[in-house]
Amino acid sequence: MTTLHLKLLVWRQAGPHAAGRFVRYDAPDLSPDMSFLEMLDVVNERLIAQGEEPIAFDHDCREGICGSCGLVINGVAHGPMRGTATCQLHLRSFRSGQEVVIEPWRAKAFPVVRDLIVDRGALDRIIAAGGYISARTGGVPDANAVLVPKDDADAAMDAAACIGCGACVAACPNASASLFAAAKIAHLGLMPQGQPERPERVLRMVTQMDMEGFGNCTNIGECQEACPKLISIDVIARMNRDFLRASMFGGEGRVTGGGEA
Amino acid sequence: MPFGRFWSSTIGKKVVMAVTGIVLVGYILAHVTANLLIFAGAAAIDAYAAKLRTLPLLLWGVRVVLLLSVVLHVVAAAQLAVRARAARPTSYRRFEPQASNATSRTMRWGGVALLLFLIYHILHFTTGQAHPAFVHLAPYHNVTTAFRVWWVAAIYIAAMVALAMHLYHGTWSMFQTLGIAHARVNVARRRLATIIAVLVPLGFVSVPIAVLVGLLR
Ligand code: HEM
Ligand code: FES
Repeated sequence: MTTLHLKLLVWRQAGPHAAGRFVRYDAPDLSPDMSFLEMLDVVNERLIAQGEEPIAFDHDCREGICGSCGLVINGVAHGPMRGTATCQLHLRSFRSGQEVVIEPWRAKAFPVVRDLIVDRGALDRIIAAGGYISARTGGVPDANAVLVPKDDADAAMDAAACIGCGACVAACPNASASLFAAAKIAHLGLMPQGQPERPERVLRMVTQMDMEGFGNCTNIGECQEACPKLISIDVIARMNRDFLRASMFGGEGRVTGGGEA
Repeated sequence: MPFGRFWSSTIGKKVVMAVTGIVLVGYILAHVTANLLIFAGAAAIDAYAAKLRTLPLLLWGVRVVLLLSVVLHVVAAAQLAVRARAARPTSYRRFEPQASNATSRTMRWGGVALLLFLIYHILHFTTGQAHPAFVHLAPYHNVTTAFRVWWVAAIYIAAMVALAMHLYHGTWSMFQTLGIAHARVNVARRRLATIIAVLVPLGFVSVPIAVLVGLLR
């Protein structure tokens, strides 16, 4: 079996307030069938065996659906494979002998917790500000009681594919969270159930996004390329439209945001 | 929502940039068309300049709207740029752009270049301080004497390259900012932005080039 030998350059940072630095690790004898995170597991086992601190990185499902993982690999959020989260990236996307630079998401709103792990609580607070619908509890309605046009259902589904990983922020030269916020706004705003709170939702979520210290959108499109679900920046135009309409006509002006930034 | 709160949001500022961008693009289309009158001869363009002076309300109306647009456009751009810089305090050791291009990445510095050019251009052809042989209300004379100096022509040609780049991303971007994006219209707005970004600067540079090669004298 052919094996792979990677030369890693990894961001190490002991804690939120510690100074970080890049550290070189040699990673020989890797299988091309390993996932990128399995490669880090192997490197970590070797580090532990040597009595060193393992490299901290976020992960959970390892099947591209939870949004926990996320690394900037050789200057690309989630690495070289388009439409793929870091956990679904495999070493066959790399050449043996290649240098691989691994960095955490970089944004003021995403402070580093340790090594490659960042705190993405800012995204949770954007959701808390308005990324929900207020549904009555009670009996489950019949499946087709509320009719949804097929095109709307499809577009809502595309937007709902967002796993909240934050790659859009990481890839954006302005560290903007527009694609994330816009995906949530589109996903709810395309559904009949999302209509009552639609003006308030966009005003509150955008206000919260600004409060968290994300940059503005310059329509550059890096986010949609980095998105593991390839969500289109068309949803950002939709958010802008909702924001404009709500600013002019809608919303009671209770633009308070969802919590402390 | 009161304008103050709208303006304080990132989307509000971008909307202001897009609306003022439309005003500026609209003006620039009229400007380039009028400039081409120079190829109809000195009499035609000088008469056009004289005619504008008989319509002070139009002239000053346009000037006020343009000044206001430029100020709002630049202030919003500057504030957003400061904000965006602060949003990424630590930059990447390695960053490989996947989707952006030279035009979308240079909007800010290109905008600064355009602003500097704008100031020079007004001092040069409108008020005349930057023109050694300026004659009020004689655009044909002013333009032809100016562009015989190669480096003056070069400044204008370079500025129009900057304008082409700004328009290529800007014209496309303003639709996105105003909420107009859909698979059905995206191709059309890309095409419109390309046409404007090519034709407008070409129209402008045709004048210094015509002077340089001796077509206009
Ligand atoms: C010839 C005059 C100008 C024209 C016709 C023009 C046109 C435009 C247009 C149409 C946009 C798109 C707005 C949007 O994305 O929503 C734009 C964006 C922008 N302009 Fe200008 N502009 C001009 C001058 C300037 C100047 C003087 C500056 C700065 C000093 C500037 C800086 C910017 C910046 C930073 C953007 C933002 C790009 C983005 O967010 O995608 N522009 N411009
Ligand atoms: S670990 Fe769940 S998406 Fe990658």
